[in-house]
Amino acid sequence: MNIGNLPFVVAALLVVFGIYTFLFKRNLVKLVIGVSLVETGVNLFLVTLGYRTGGIAPIYTFAPQAQRMVLPTPQALTLTSIVIGLATTALLLSFAVFIHRHYGTLDVRKVKELQG
Amino acid sequence: MTALTNHAPVLLIAIPLLGAFAVPLIGKLGRGARDSFVGLIALVTAAVAGLLAASVFGRAGAPGLYVLGGHQGFAVPLPSGMSIPIRIILEIDGMSAFMALITALVTLTGAFFSFSYWRERSGGTMFFSLLMLLTAGIFGMELTGDMFNFFVFLEITSIAACGLIGFRVWLKTSQEAGFKVMALYTLSGLFVLLAIGLLYGQYGGLNIAYLASALTGSTIDIVALGLLLTGLAMKAGAVPLHMWAPDAYGEAPAPMSAVLVANSQASLYGLFRILFTLFGVTVSVAALGWILIVLALLTIFVGVTMALIQNDIKRLIAYSAVSQIGYMLLGVGVGLAVSVAKPDFGFVAMQGGIFHMLNDAACIGLLFLGSGVIIRATGTRDLNKMGGLAHSMKWTTVLFMIGAFALAGVPPFNGFASKFLIYEASFKLSPFLAVVAVLSSILLLAVFVKVFQAAFLGAKPAGLPREAPMGMMIPMVALALVVIVFGLFPGFFVDKIVTPAANALWYGRDAYIGLVLGGG
Repeated sequence: MNIGNLPFVVAALLVVFGIYTFLFKRNLVKLVIGVSLVETGVNLFLVTLGYRTGGIAPIYTFAPQAQRMVLPTPQALTLTSIVIGLATTALLLSFAVFIHRHYGTLDVRKVKELQG
Repeated sequence: MTALTNHAPVLLIAIPLLGAFAVPLIGKLGRGARDSFVGLIALVTAAVAGLLAASVFGRAGAPGLYVLGGHQGFAVPLPSGMSIPIRIILEIDGMSAFMALITALVTLTGAFFSFSYWRERSGGTMFFSLLMLLTAGIFGMELTGDMFNFFVFLEITSIAACGLIGFRVWLKTSQEAGFKVMALYTLSGLFVLLAIGLLYGQYGGLNIAYLASALTGSTIDIVALGLLLTGLAMKAGAVPLHMWAPDAYGEAPAPMSAVLVANSQASLYGLFRILFTLFGVTVSVAALGWILIVLALLTIFVGVTMALIQNDIKRLIAYSAVSQIGYMLLGVGVGLAVSVAKPDFGFVAMQGGIFHMLNDAACIGLLFLGSGVIIRATGTRDLNKMGGLAHSMKWTTVLFMIGAFALAGVPPFNGFASKFLIYEASFKLSPFLAVVAVLSSILLLAVFVKVFQAAFLGAKPAGLPREAPMGMMIPMVALALVVIVFGLFPGFFVDKIVTPAANALWYGRDAYIGLVLGGG
């Protein structure tokens, strides 16, 4: 089945939703979710770049002859990006935990000792 | 010695990385072992950076290539008989070597200042580990010749920097700053990654030289450029995306703030590399130059005026650091705006902007270390609660004054040398630019007169504050010497290291591409 440019549209929508969440939500955990959505969108975009309809995994050992393969480089990029994303999300969430411990709230409007 | 010089690019990344992971282990042996290990790593890294710079500037800034995996690359044979060469490329030209020198200067003085700083506190081991990781990341960003590796090193610096801002979990404000900075750094990193994906999708390559030769300036290229510009300007702390910068510089431990400024400068380097080498003439550079100039004027003006109203000494210096990023953008922006016609004053502007990176690193570093000493002596960051420090802290007073005068561009210190080049060249493009730049420098002087009056002058304080220990004084004296020497002999340094760096951006695009792809 040919799905055309649909994955690119989905990736773009994820990025837009993520940025919307980041800009307009008040809860720190929701901000982290927004950042994660952007990240998912970018990762989906990278994987889609290398995808070929009906392609097989790019492993040459025992590969059937005359088969189309998907491009491996974007997948390697995506894996790296997922690992980095894990680290940043974990760091962000642990900051959120400590902010809740100090301020007793996750509302960005109340966490603002650093202003001006 | 030649082997060391040949492998200097990769050693600059590998040595701090090794240090970062070995410090927690060696820290178990006690503080003395840890400090001598970190000191050794910092010294060796700085020496290797010096060697690399000597070899690059020895050949007048011509680009050099370092290939991981041999000169032909590891050939991975396929059943079809074809083989794929696997190579990772580091490409070092005058600009990269210049940035490596700045990073080495800042991290070396930062590390040595930190030994005394952490002798009085707990938690130093984590600090040194993250500092080494950040150093490795900054060197990686400056030396790599590959877009994706650039992104990976960018994220390494983001995570290490935010760890350094927020690892003191018992401080309320450091957690707030850490969250804010990490969220914005992550977003900026994702913008960069999205742009890299767009370029890869069109041209099927990640190598900067290859991409530069293949770029056509299509609409998608422009979108990618916009994303890169936004992401890197955000990470460099240019207004209007500067809101994280004062929090980051202000809440990090004092010796760290200077290294965070070096980190912002590395993003700025990435921006210049992308504008000049990756895109170059394929897009309308005059318009881009004017975008940079507008960003620069906003950054200078907002940074200085916000610094004027601060009462927290670190936050005040942090806003002045933001304004200095604007001067670098202004110099290079003026250069970019006229880089098609290439008049002489454009090159002078580039020299000024690039020279100012080094000068800013030295004098902002001096001021941040000085603020660390002041906070240590008085136990407060509020300028209204200080006073009379000059009675018992004569050395700190003099050193802080040198840093402040240099930052405000007073001759004969180094800030004047680079700012004068920027004033002169931007005046030729439009007098308005020079007026804003000069006025902001004068305002900056007013800011530091206020600091000086509040902190150092006045009646003798009750319990006489102690002068800083020798371990903190030596790095500050070293930075002050850099400030003075670069201010007294600017011509020599402009000739030897700044001109090759500016050349690399201004004329070096073809050489950069030709070195990797041959021909050219």
